[in-house]
Amino acid sequence: MSFLNNAITGISLGSIYAIIALGYTMVYGIAKMLNFAHGDVIMVGAYVCFLAMGNAGLPSVVGVLLAVAVCTVLGIVIERLAYKPLRAAPSLAVLITAIGVSYLLQNSAQILWGAATKTFRPIVEGSLVLVPGQLSISYVAILSVVCCIVVMVALSVFTGQTKMGKAMRACSEDKAAAQLMGIDVDATISMTFAIGSALAAIAGVLMCSAYPVLSPTTGSLPGIRAFTAAVFGGIGSVPGALLGGILLGVIETFAKAYISTDLSDAVVFAVLIIVLLVRPAGLLGKYVPEKV
Amino acid sequence: MKKKELAALFMAGVMSLGLLAGCSSDGGEASQPPASQAGTQSSQPNGGDGDTQGNTETVTIKVGGIGPITGDLAQYGLATQWGAQIAVDEINALGGPIKLEYDFQDDTGVTDTAVSAYNTLKDWDVDVIYGCTTTAPCVAVASETFADRYFQLTPSASSPDVTADKDNAFQMCFTDPGQGMAAAEYLKNSSLGTKLAVIYNNGDAYSSGIADAFITKAAELGLEVVSTQTFPDDKTTDYTVQLNACKDAGADVVFLPIYYTPASLILAQAKQMGYAPTFFGGDGMDGMLDMEGFDKSLAEGLLLMTPFNASGTDERTVDFVTKYQADHGILPNQFAADGYDCMYAIYEACCQIDGIAGMDHAQLCDALIAMFTGGQFQVDGLTGTGMKWLETGEISKAPVVVKVESGVYVTQ
Repeated sequence: MSFLNNAITGISLGSIYAIIALGYTMVYGIAKMLNFAHGDVIMVGAYVCFLAMGNAGLPSVVGVLLAVAVCTVLGIVIERLAYKPLRAAPSLAVLITAIGVSYLLQNSAQILWGAATKTFRPIVEGSLVLVPGQLSISYVAILSVVCCIVVMVALSVFTGQTKMGKAMRACSEDKAAAQLMGIDVDATISMTFAIGSALAAIAGVLMCSAYPVLSPTTGSLPGIRAFTAAVFGGIGSVPGALLGGILLGVIETFAKAYISTDLSDAVVFAVLIIVLLVRPAGLLGKYVPEKV
Repeated sequence: MKKKELAALFMAGVMSLGLLAGCSSDGGEASQPPASQAGTQSSQPNGGDGDTQGNTETVTIKVGGIGPITGDLAQYGLATQWGAQIAVDEINALGGPIKLEYDFQDDTGVTDTAVSAYNTLKDWDVDVIYGCTTTAPCVAVASETFADRYFQLTPSASSPDVTADKDNAFQMCFTDPGQGMAAAEYLKNSSLGTKLAVIYNNGDAYSSGIADAFITKAAELGLEVVSTQTFPDDKTTDYTVQLNACKDAGADVVFLPIYYTPASLILAQAKQMGYAPTFFGGDGMDGMLDMEGFDKSLAEGLLLMTPFNASGTDERTVDFVTKYQADHGILPNQFAADGYDCMYAIYEACCQIDGIAGMDHAQLCDALIAMFTGGQFQVDGLTGTGMKWLETGEISKAPVVVKVESGVYVTQ
């Protein structure tokens, strides 16, 4: 029974990682940059929802929508102010800027909302009892898995079928060529950040519903885990992010339960190294040989 | 960077020439408002720098605090900073023979930043070091203050390493092993349960210090510890694996020598699993009930050892809580109360030292050590009455066990 409990925990944790990883992967795929501030956008989303539900007393649906709206705008603003001026700069400069934005968001959150940990009220409460006293699945876990699948399907359809999605894929292949074909690269990249940040808001709300503590540094660790998940599944690949996220969550939970709670991170990263040795582009990533 | 360093060196040089004496007399001038934010370090010439005046003059003691006021541990550092600030304001309003000038530097909970913060305070010509909030930075700073001869009093760094082999370092909080042993003894004498489990953070000196002493003492007392579970850091969010292990082992008391943020998750996840043992915690648990949005029913029946009860009704506690809430909008926890008591301990000790006006920091350090370990000196504060210090730097005060009933502490 504890095996099933652990599996449920792993999958629900993994689907939250997957939603965050989708944001990482989209931005990396199109803008070719690692947005380390992504984890902190998650935190902002969770705070907005927390304030909307707690202080303003709004229903949870409104809280989530508000969080998505604020994060979308925040994502676009960050891209415009911090990353756009560096479009032609070396990738290292953009990377360091992203780390700077991450600190800026964390410390602004501390000034705005204080350093004290807050308890997040889950957007859905209760759990589905399968075997009384032995096995139950919380509704948040079910919601996380459903959200994760819906988001992945929607993103696949969006990038595969719509005009904007095709423009994104074109930018991802070759920005200069895309521009020559009449695609507005700046608008496309802004759109990517908007979608990525909206996903971050959803992930933030789900994560804080599952593990209801909220502080200005809440987003940093899951952000790094999700980045690992994105690399695991193949960075740039949408189904890869999903697979990577869920595998990471499950491996982490099982490593805790059956190997050691202290070594669980080491086990996760050992698996990552093995996967990258066998498949350098990640599980579902496309391996593109560098032409010299 | 280079320029800044040179300027700092220059400043340090000028000050050590001009102000060899640590405790400069204020000569009755209005003292500067205490700078409580990091980064506002000015040289503060302190009015007159001659120390030849008589004892009737007000003596200003510069107290330099160190703790994390940004980053992961900011909530603890800010509590120690703010709690002490209230005491400083009260002391300066008393108009007694000693005034305190107070600066607080950020160490972000990191060892090397703490040493830089200490150096900044030295440049500010500090007399007494108040801090650090957390153990690892405190151990590093204490070895510096030991060599440089500054008196150091920490509100909350509770490892015995802080005071070990250092005559100048003192604690306001319980030591970790002391707390672990007290917990085991309490459980032995109570009828809470027979099968014990421990869940602790083995990446943290505080948590593992209590847990190790608890496990050793429990074995000595013949208590049965059926499961020992660990987690690697306070950012861990999922404890279902550890709770499942405790549940499978049939534990009816779970000892949690951890901070309140992970503890709040453990309580929530245990409830979700339908696991309801008696949870018993250390002083790090204090603060949980004041977390914004926390469902207090989760903590119903929780037992914890804490020296400070914010819902206490004595005049001094009520006054402190009111001021703290007015300034910061939240209830003070034991970190804030320990900080408050530290300032009064320093103040009351300084008041009893003869000829303090002419002392530099090293002489003051020796005088304060003699005072703290002399056996006569004791302080009444928010976290205890008749608090005394041992030669080792440890405090001696009684731990109080409280139980959460309807969202407030009830002393057991």
